[in-house]
Amino acid sequence: MRTGQIPIDVEVTAVGQVVPAPVVAPSGTGRLTWLRNLTRNRKALLGFCIVIFFVLVAIFAPLIAPGDPTSYVSRPNLAPSAQYIFGTEGQGKDVFRQTVWGARISLTIGFATGALTTFIGLLIGLSAGYFRGKIDDLLSLIMNLFLVIPGLPLLVVISAYLRPSLWTIVLALAFTGWAWPARIMRSQMLSLREKDFVSASIVSGESNARIIFLGILPNMASIIVGSMIGSVNYAIGTEAALGALGLTNVSDVSWGTNLYWAQNNAGLFVGAWWTFIPSGLCIAFVAFGLSLLNYGMDEITNPRLRAERDLNDVLKDRTLRNIRATPVVRRSH
Amino acid sequence: MRFILRRLGFYIIAAWASLTINFFLPRLIPGDPASTIFASSRGQLRPEQLDQMRAALGLSKEPLLNQYFTYLSHVLRGDFGTSFSAFPAPVTAVIGNGFVWTLLLGGTALIISFILGNVIGIIGSWKRGGLIDNTLPPLLIFIGAFPPFFLALLALYFLAYQFNWFPHLHAYSDTIGTDFNLNFVGSVINHLILPATTIVLVTMGGWVLGMRNTMVGVLAEDYVTMAEAKGLTQRQIMFNYAARNALLPSITAFGIALGFVLSGQILVELIFSYPGLGYLLIKSVTSLDYPLMQALFLMITFAVLGANFIVDILYTRFDPRVRTG
Repeated sequence: MRTGQIPIDVEVTAVGQVVPAPVVAPSGTGRLTWLRNLTRNRKALLGFCIVIFFVLVAIFAPLIAPGDPTSYVSRPNLAPSAQYIFGTEGQGKDVFRQTVWGARISLTIGFATGALTTFIGLLIGLSAGYFRGKIDDLLSLIMNLFLVIPGLPLLVVISAYLRPSLWTIVLALAFTGWAWPARIMRSQMLSLREKDFVSASIVSGESNARIIFLGILPNMASIIVGSMIGSVNYAIGTEAALGALGLTNVSDVSWGTNLYWAQNNAGLFVGAWWTFIPSGLCIAFVAFGLSLLNYGMDEITNPRLRAERDLNDVLKDRTLRNIRATPVVRRSH
Repeated sequence: MRFILRRLGFYIIAAWASLTINFFLPRLIPGDPASTIFASSRGQLRPEQLDQMRAALGLSKEPLLNQYFTYLSHVLRGDFGTSFSAFPAPVTAVIGNGFVWTLLLGGTALIISFILGNVIGIIGSWKRGGLIDNTLPPLLIFIGAFPPFFLALLALYFLAYQFNWFPHLHAYSDTIGTDFNLNFVGSVINHLILPATTIVLVTMGGWVLGMRNTMVGVLAEDYVTMAEAKGLTQRQIMFNYAARNALLPSITAFGIALGFVLSGQILVELIFSYPGLGYLLIKSVTSLDYPLMQALFLMITFAVLGANFIVDILYTRFDPRVRTG
């Protein structure tokens, strides 16, 4: 090595010290590997496809089922036929139109609530976990209160007083649903806060906001996405429940209100199964898709489950692609 | 003991919080219940009755703080006012009846689902990759994704309306008296099967998965290897060594599940017209019976709090570590 040449890049700090320059990780790897792995996970992929399918149905509703879903098209309770492929409901409206258009409100409420709940959860969970002490005690107490007070009865009471509209439902759902994400964020924050890079940032005098949002938050991306999927699932299910109870705006067309009208127009009694099965199945499939997506995420980000999947591959004599943990096989039983 | 006292303190705060939410909700949200009732009476009520209605609902023009203390003292005395829809019965009488049915349905469903789910989880983890482990958990996850009320609708439609295997409505047959005899008990059980099965099916997946994942961890512990080395039978190791330790998270979840059952049950009760608290709650909302609705919300909340507290007490018996903590 020739003299005068320094093998690594150096920087000169403000006080005149010579330090090695930080090594910049190649972009696209590291923090976001879980996102790439997600596309390789069979469960996650299937779940993603199901959810995207319904999102597309919602977006292209005017093309898939043209016409007003609330208009009366024919005699009530017609069985499915070539003209009305899902039949007509108890008042003579087209069930297919209602199912397709119902996706719009149900999914809007689901995703809006999911985003809002995650945002509140992040704000409160991160503050509790980062500041600890008295702030944590108080915020944790509030979280635990909201976790222990039963959500659906509270929602029923709230919607009895509120004049329900799409956005009041979103607000009410977020009000009863933020505590669980907040608790997950808090515990994640508590463990990340102990990491060396956080201590380093504190010592170097970074502001709290900068440490939380630029230092810690990116490391929680997978948890945040996971908890958001859970929140969307909760919101869609609960909106459907409230809708089926007739506690949302019953003149809106959503999967929940479809079920309400099916019951109200005695769909069960007259044997018109086509009035409640399509909307119910849609809710179930979206919920199933979101759960699959979440299980897939869990398998990718949870080291223990990851090891177990590798183990199953070994048991089934599949070749391992990239082993991240040593599989151990118990042969005794 | 300190643990129990701390938990008790928390539940008292929680009870107070739900009382306060219950008080402020109708007062902070725009529009007042009395006007809603007045508007929906379609001219049957005279305008001067509006003020009487407000008084009956405890909505007066007094300062909010005074109203709040009047309200608290009424609740402490167990006075929830008079039900509008079941006039002149006091709210407490209406609720007492519903409570028994909710407890019967929720309790039965929860216990069956807890036992079945955990046993399947234990066996599944023991023979990992076996038949049970490969088929049941995914199937239960799929069923669990169904909203409980939709599953209830399906069960009601196919099993009760189409095949007539089960009764459609209510908690016992209308044609028999409520004397406590074999006939009555049989009818109650017959009416319980469908709603309880629905709840069991929806909730079981959670228990299976939770138990299985904890068991997988516990089975790797040294004391399980030790037990095997001692030559204990498989059954002894499975239940007395592994499952016993893996059960702790499930017990914590039991309290949460109870709240979930009482919440989720509302719809199942409504669909089967099962006369529990949830059914009453929805009926009180649709008939604008605000005193009954408020009392029911409190009742359901207190039931959940009480159940959680009992679980906490049990927990100290199962896990000695929390007793000192």
